[in-house]
Amino acid sequence: MTIANPAELEQSLQPQGWLKYFSFSLDHKVIGIQYLVCGFLFYFIGGALAGVIRTELASPLSDFVRRDTYNEVLTLHGTIMIFLWIVPVVNGAFGNYLIPFYVGARDMAFPRLNAVAFWLIPPAGILLISSYFIAGAASQSGWTAYPPLSLTTPAAGQIVWILSVLLLGGSSIFGGINFIATVLKLRRPGLKMMQLPMFCWAMLGTSILVVLSTPVLAGTLILLSFDIIAHTGFFNPALGGNVVVYQHLFWFYSHPAVYIMVLPAFGLVSEILPVHARKPLFGYTTMVYSIMAIVVLGLIVWAHHMFTSGTPPWMRLFFTIATSFIAVPTGIKFFNWLATLWGGKIALNSAVLFSCAFIFNFVFGGITGVALAQVPFDIHVHDTYFVVAHFHYIVYGGSVFVIFASLYHWYPKFTGRLLNEDLGRLHFLLTFIGFNLCFAPQHWLGLNGMPRRVAEYDPAFTTWNQVSSVGALLMAISTLPLVINVVLTAVSGPLAGDNPWRALTPEWLTTSPPPVENWAGEAPLVTEPYGYGEHTCAMDLGGLSGRDLWSSGKS
Amino acid sequence: MDTRLSQTTSASVVLPASEDESHGSHADHRLFGLATFLVADGMTFAGFFAAYLTFKAVNPLPEGSSYELELLLPSINTVLLLVSSFTFHRAGVACRSGQMTRSQAWLLVTTALGAAFLAGQMVEYFSLPFGLRDNLFASTFYALTGFHGLHVTLGVICILVVYWQARPGGRINAASHFGLEAAELYWHFVDGIWVVLYGILYLL
Repeated sequence: MTIANPAELEQSLQPQGWLKYFSFSLDHKVIGIQYLVCGFLFYFIGGALAGVIRTELASPLSDFVRRDTYNEVLTLHGTIMIFLWIVPVVNGAFGNYLIPFYVGARDMAFPRLNAVAFWLIPPAGILLISSYFIAGAASQSGWTAYPPLSLTTPAAGQIVWILSVLLLGGSSIFGGINFIATVLKLRRPGLKMMQLPMFCWAMLGTSILVVLSTPVLAGTLILLSFDIIAHTGFFNPALGGNVVVYQHLFWFYSHPAVYIMVLPAFGLVSEILPVHARKPLFGYTTMVYSIMAIVVLGLIVWAHHMFTSGTPPWMRLFFTIATSFIAVPTGIKFFNWLATLWGGKIALNSAVLFSCAFIFNFVFGGITGVALAQVPFDIHVHDTYFVVAHFHYIVYGGSVFVIFASLYHWYPKFTGRLLNEDLGRLHFLLTFIGFNLCFAPQHWLGLNGMPRRVAEYDPAFTTWNQVSSVGALLMAISTLPLVINVVLTAVSGPLAGDNPWRALTPEWLTTSPPPVENWAGEAPLVTEPYGYGEHTCAMDLGGLSGRDLWSSGKS
Repeated sequence: MDTRLSQTTSASVVLPASEDESHGSHADHRLFGLATFLVADGMTFAGFFAAYLTFKAVNPLPEGSSYELELLLPSINTVLLLVSSFTFHRAGVACRSGQMTRSQAWLLVTTALGAAFLAGQMVEYFSLPFGLRDNLFASTFYALTGFHGLHVTLGVICILVVYWQARPGGRINAASHFGLEAAELYWHFVDGIWVVLYGILYLL
């Protein structure tokens, strides 16, 4: 029995059409889409939970859900949004889809491991959500699961939560190993590291953080589960244990986790802006060093989450200074993006609008972040809504805005069809207004002492809470144009052609959607992924006006 | 026939037909991937060590509770593991030079040393004056040595699998021996962790 054509054999083994998205496919593009769709499903679930939170907080009394239920809802909301939406989508979805293109490979370094990493996610998510129904009560101790709270709330739900997070952590580590090996080992011959698109560097940095920090969380959660099941006393003060050790170990993962969520977003924005501004990415080298500096600094700032946990003065000093230093590489990246846009022929389409809004939101979240690193200020606003506002400006205003920008930018690559720009801009407008309306007032609430994670509050806070809830309602409505857009476009959207943005990065130098082997022939050697400047003339784009580029999204 | 089909399948799914030959068996990348995973695994231990050292520095031992460790047995165990690293290395050298019978013999010796280590660990567990829940140090001691023991157990199973695969006509031979190299790397890692663990838990 001889196999004449391996590709033929593969076709007979792998389901075709839409069925392949429900199969154990080894194609990095299929896995990327699986991550994306799966992530969006969890986003809608987590969003509905956020809706419950904001409805409850529309009035000072706990009159919408019971207090216990409120705690379950906020725990599930946080866990789903972090571990099942942002981390899998910015890493798993866009990383898997784009990285092999960017390094000039046919697939990831370990395709089977890649598929395993994805297929850990749906069971973990279902496990997490079903704990509410099966275990009698979902975890109630927040996504941080601080003991002794996590030791005193119903054990079954907490154990299911731990199990779910361990599965998701495993998935994340497998993904990280794959990205590191792909970027370092699978580059096509002749392609140097400093010629890679910026997203590769972002994913390399992110994956280093994943590999170094996620295992520590896993070990910590195993010890916590011993405390719950075997009644050991690692983190139980009543048995001589030490809760602060849990906090240290937890934040050793969970602070880098913020960078695991935003570094890929930095990379994606660095891909989107040069294409639509028709200019090279400004300061490539400084961008690379900034990412690596953020990786190193990100690992040594965790205790700024613990300034109220009896940290000794030297520790406060060190972590304040180290945290403040992060503003330097982050600032470099921001000025690089602004310089990339400066003087460019900017096409203000949905992808760029979301990217620019990301810059706006993230600068705001970054400034409150530097403020929170200062001990006196942090002690004042610790565990208040100021922290909630800061965090959402980083992960929603930062990462989620970039996910939307990336969706508009790469949807033509995924499907061969262009998303509708009018619906896209409506989506942007509703999201941007809704987001800022929802979270900006929470800074004021936190400064004035409204604690987070409590179902009831002082009636003096009512007005701004109601404003915030209206913002949340707008955010909920904003998903409608997105869903309508995606569905309508998939059915009858205008064909995009292979390269609707006239981009130079390698994923556009093939058909849209790409063939299974990514390129019909050999992978192209792209040594200047951002060579727009003079190259634009060579490509005869010089005659195009800004208006043409604007309307290019509609053609 | 079956093996051939499955090998062709995996290759074609992983890579397009034209690159099947040039990429060969991908051995280098798999070892690199394993090494990255071991870095991650090592971080789990690092977290445990950090917890143990902090407990020791901050939390006083409650009155009336005991936490004393005998040195003799774990020291013998340390020697056993270090020797087993050497014997595994010999097995690898023998395999690469095509002496599969000799390689299998070294693998058996390594297995015996690993099993002896686990037996020694069991003897120690049953002779210790404290149990899992007695105090913080006892808990951490059992968590750390238990987690390491789990790694050793897994390693012994891996060596037995490699031993089976290294039989005449098996999939491991002088030309193709990724499984053996992976198990060897893992075994050295587990030994290295034990040396650190021995230093921190028993000597410090």
